[in-house]
Amino acid sequence: MISSRRLAVIASAAVLAAGVSACGSSDDDATGSGSDLSGSIRIDGSSTVAPLTEAVAEQFESENSGVKVTVGTSGTGGGFEKFCAGETSISDASRAIEPEEVEACEKQGISYEEVRVATDALTVVVNPENPVNCLTVEQLGAIWGPDSKISNWNEVPGLKEEYDEELALFGPGTDSGTFDYFTEEINGEEGASRKDYNNVGENDNATVTGVEGSPGGMGYFGYSFYQENEDALKALEVDGGKGCVAPSAETAQNDEYVPLSRPLFIYPSAEALEKPEVKAFVDYYLDNVNEVAEVVGFIPLTEEQLEASKDAAAKLG
Amino acid sequence: MLQTSKPRYGEKAIQGLLAACGILSVLTTTAIVISLLGPTLGFLEVVPIGDFLFGVEWAPQFEPPSFGVLAIVVGTLNVTFWAMLFAIPIGLGAAVYLSEYASPRVRKTVKPVLEILAGIPTVAIGIFALTFILPEIIQPLWPGEFLGGASDKPFMALAASLGIALMVVPIIASISEDAMSAVPRGLHEGAYALGATRAKVAVRVIFPAALSGIVASIVLAISRAAGETMIVVIAAGSTPNLTMNPLESVQTMTAYIATTATGDIGTGTLDYKSVFAVGTVLFVLTLVMNAISIRLARRYREVYE
Repeated sequence: MISSRRLAVIASAAVLAAGVSACGSSDDDATGSGSDLSGSIRIDGSSTVAPLTEAVAEQFESENSGVKVTVGTSGTGGGFEKFCAGETSISDASRAIEPEEVEACEKQGISYEEVRVATDALTVVVNPENPVNCLTVEQLGAIWGPDSKISNWNEVPGLKEEYDEELALFGPGTDSGTFDYFTEEINGEEGASRKDYNNVGENDNATVTGVEGSPGGMGYFGYSFYQENEDALKALEVDGGKGCVAPSAETAQNDEYVPLSRPLFIYPSAEALEKPEVKAFVDYYLDNVNEVAEVVGFIPLTEEQLEASKDAAAKLG
Repeated sequence: MLQTSKPRYGEKAIQGLLAACGILSVLTTTAIVISLLGPTLGFLEVVPIGDFLFGVEWAPQFEPPSFGVLAIVVGTLNVTFWAMLFAIPIGLGAAVYLSEYASPRVRKTVKPVLEILAGIPTVAIGIFALTFILPEIIQPLWPGEFLGGASDKPFMALAASLGIALMVVPIIASISEDAMSAVPRGLHEGAYALGATRAKVAVRVIFPAALSGIVASIVLAISRAAGETMIVVIAAGSTPNLTMNPLESVQTMTAYIATTATGDIGTGTLDYKSVFAVGTVLFVLTLVMNAISIRLARRYREVYE
């Protein structure tokens, strides 16, 4: 999935180019071609957010040839470490900044703002014949946990529906952000998972055909990929403690679909925003992020969310 | 007495150039070994060598991780074994037919076509294996629940094996046919004069005489099969699985290296080093196999003056 997002970076550059030239009304001075901005912008952080930032950066660079944007993937934690040491201008994050990190930033006198750029959501899918509509996080954990021996749907604890079908599990490659996210939220630790599932690597299509082909099939991948395959599969509702919630763009955007949806952020620092090229980049990011988000496989921000993000960025600049 | 009057610098230069060409390959091998060694040693500082070499579960990115390389070594063996089971008889059959039975005209057409097959990019063969060989050949033809049944499998070692067999049959056929055709004409004639049939000539005379070439072709094919990456990445899946069952999804050493090296791992992490450690194992295994094959070829070769 991550890899398909990387591929999408190329596609999104094309879409953006078309979008920008079609709209053409962007009154931001940074989007004007032939700008005389120069310098370099160092970004690091979450590997989940990176494809989005990379796609925006690529297009930004092509319009501002004097500016070099580097996007690292040290992970959200690693990114904040560098950010709060003053090594980077912007930090990509797939969660909000934590108290220890806030402290570290304060010590170095780094002030910043939290700017939401998109929403990430995972979808758990089953065969359409499956009568089960909703699973709790605990039930998902019982199925996918590292010590799970469950091999049939009728062994799933606390299930109302009767379904005597053998489980056939499909999951992404262990080097993907999807795997990290799912295992962390469902099994409590990044990388903690049963191992005897069909590892489809980066070929999410294999999950679709696999789950479609076996009555007891079950798998997970990004919500946007599910949207492309809605007819073939059934998306499970997930109960994260407040009742069953079906995955959709809306429930993900307003943070109801927990824990399998999460906001994605960028954290620009006040100091960096004093530089015109960084200011231009952040403005450009927010002007274009919704178009790129869809291509890269995320759920775009709502109008209000986008306004809130722009306000947050403006507070610093 | 003839004596060179002036030193021949040109010849010296050419000699040096040719020597450099020869040494280059040695240097490359050395450089590869050195580049593998550093990260491998770093890996073994963290993971005990016993756990690495004899562990049976390969799950580097899981929590807790385990690094039993046997699971993916057996993955490679699985795919290679089943590939060769198909490729050797078919390749040798084609070679015997081309060198002993086919008319010169047939040979002239068939052999180049065979060699074109060897030139098909392996990505294409991988896609073919996943989208055609698996659903259209293996799954419909598989006898029911034998070995656990072939239906409902998104990936399968056997699909990759058959793809690899497609790739290496031309190698075996072409090199073996060259070796058989190079057997001196006199041996044919002599055998026929003694009343031998065509089949007897092929099996009892030509085959042993060409054995070193045939063994070489098979060894080359095994090396290509064990080192093949794209076909297994696409068709065999990426589930490390300690089994020789051809119907399971397996991960080979090369597939692990390819998927991990292109995934989201940080430079210098244990996962990163594990890629090199697996590379070293693969390197040593191929080295041992090549050494054995050279021995074999020498021992069984029939020398004719």
